[in-house]
Amino acid sequence: MPPWLDDFLWTYQNLVHALGINGLLALSMYVVLAVGQLSLGQAAFMGLGAYSSALMTLKLKLPFLLVLPLSVVVPVAFALAVGVPTLRLSGVYLAIATIGLGEVLRAVYLNVDLFGGALGLSGIPQRAETWMIYGLLGLAVLALWLVGRSGIGRAMEAMREDETAAQVMGVPTARYKMGALLASAVLAGLAGCLSAHVSSFIGPNEYAFEPAVTILSYVLLGGIGTPLAPVLGAWVLTLLPELLRGFSDVRLVLNGVIIVLAVLFLPNGLLAVRMKRIGA
Amino acid sequence: MTPLLEIEGLSRHYAGLVAVDAVTMQVQPGGVHAVIGPNGAGKTTLFNMVSGLVVPSAGRITFAGQDVTGWPAERRAALGLARTFQNIRVFAGMTVLENVLTGLHTRLGAGLFGTVLRLPRFRTEERAAIARARAALDLVGLADRADARAQALSYGDQRRLEIARAMAPEPKLLLLDEPAAGMNPAETEALAALVRRLRGFGTTVLLVEHDMGFVMDISDTVTVLNFGKRIFEGPPHAVRQEPAVIEAYLGHKVAARLAEGARAGVRGAG
Repeated sequence: MPPWLDDFLWTYQNLVHALGINGLLALSMYVVLAVGQLSLGQAAFMGLGAYSSALMTLKLKLPFLLVLPLSVVVPVAFALAVGVPTLRLSGVYLAIATIGLGEVLRAVYLNVDLFGGALGLSGIPQRAETWMIYGLLGLAVLALWLVGRSGIGRAMEAMREDETAAQVMGVPTARYKMGALLASAVLAGLAGCLSAHVSSFIGPNEYAFEPAVTILSYVLLGGIGTPLAPVLGAWVLTLLPELLRGFSDVRLVLNGVIIVLAVLFLPNGLLAVRMKRIGA
Repeated sequence: MTPLLEIEGLSRHYAGLVAVDAVTMQVQPGGVHAVIGPNGAGKTTLFNMVSGLVVPSAGRITFAGQDVTGWPAERRAALGLARTFQNIRVFAGMTVLENVLTGLHTRLGAGLFGTVLRLPRFRTEERAAIARARAALDLVGLADRADARAQALSYGDQRRLEIARAMAPEPKLLLLDEPAAGMNPAETEALAALVRRLRGFGTTVLLVEHDMGFVMDISDTVTVLNFGKRIFEGPPHAVRQEPAVIEAYLGHKVAARLAEGARAGVRGAG
């Protein structure tokens, strides 16, 4: 690695990590929106991944290459518990249930000693490497791209357009919705584990309602035409606060204005390209 | 001959309203079977129960030898049941070819891992599906629009796309819900020619339609519903003479006058 790149990565290490992790979170929102569902549980799944992996590292002293794959277990279990009763219903039930999940978990983290209460968990060794974050992000984009260009991708887009018609075509819509929610939990769980192991501290307020909306705004800004679009949205919204540092007084206002303008004038997102759905 | 579709005592109530009232009918394999009746007779509710979108309040549906009454729509599709909708429901943002490929969903079995790893099975299936989808588009005359977005097609072409999407998996039974609705006479004639051609593919057609000329032209059997009840079933030429059908469409006064006129040996005023 040339020395200037090394210097650059060292100086902006936190930002580089945040870009990769937020990209994974955007994808975790994308897979659910791609089948026409709205979930606001991505931050909650991320928190479950973060807390469970931090405890595996701190209390069980497991090696990180075991902790990382195991960090998806708890989020997936919770996704099943929330998804089974709510995905049978249409409409906003999933969104409401997942908001509830986030708030319940926040109260649990705050009040149970094991999770460190309001102080959170600190002293988590920084074991996640930049290459792991970007490796997983790259794999996730590739896998979602390949799935998108296949009969599964067609069925997902068809469900988003007209769930009843898709069902009549033979698409098992209930299984697809569950599958999307589980994939979402896996991606968010991994992101949580990685973020806990780069920042050395996690706290209960990092995974509640506000971060859930931030993750949604990544995808609203980027679009859902391809798996690259939500990642782009996440990057823009992660970089924006850094670029606006000079305007620190009005930074949050500018941030909000940019999101409103994007929703008004770019209804299909920054990257409004629609991928082909044919795989041969 | 075993019927392809057997409906026994099928009912659907909405609170106090009886949409379909203990309808019993059979659809024999081969040919075109029409269900007609005045507005609100329960035709679309009957279709929705057969395709699995509405749960019956009572009764039984047997399709291709299986009791499918409690099955979800997607399982019935896999068994060879396809349909179109009264209000067109193409996937507007997807291309014409992708729409038809979605109709072939039940023919794809490579699974998630086969898809992500692009296993040989995935490639073979995908190529075969594309060939079949193009053949279905050829059948309805939309082959040259394969890459257009469905929303860019004219109304008549969207109807034809829906038929291609439903026909692509070569279903045993195709339900057409008011296929001629909103079509001009020339489009209706082209549609009749298309439905006649479907016979050659071993697909049985069950249709709901208001255009009587169209129904009389292409049907082998006609079932008449009124207020959720089956009031007549027979060949198309017999429908016109049936007093109960005339009463359902024209009211009992006109029906009585017609019957009186017929008795008197003069043409009834109507």
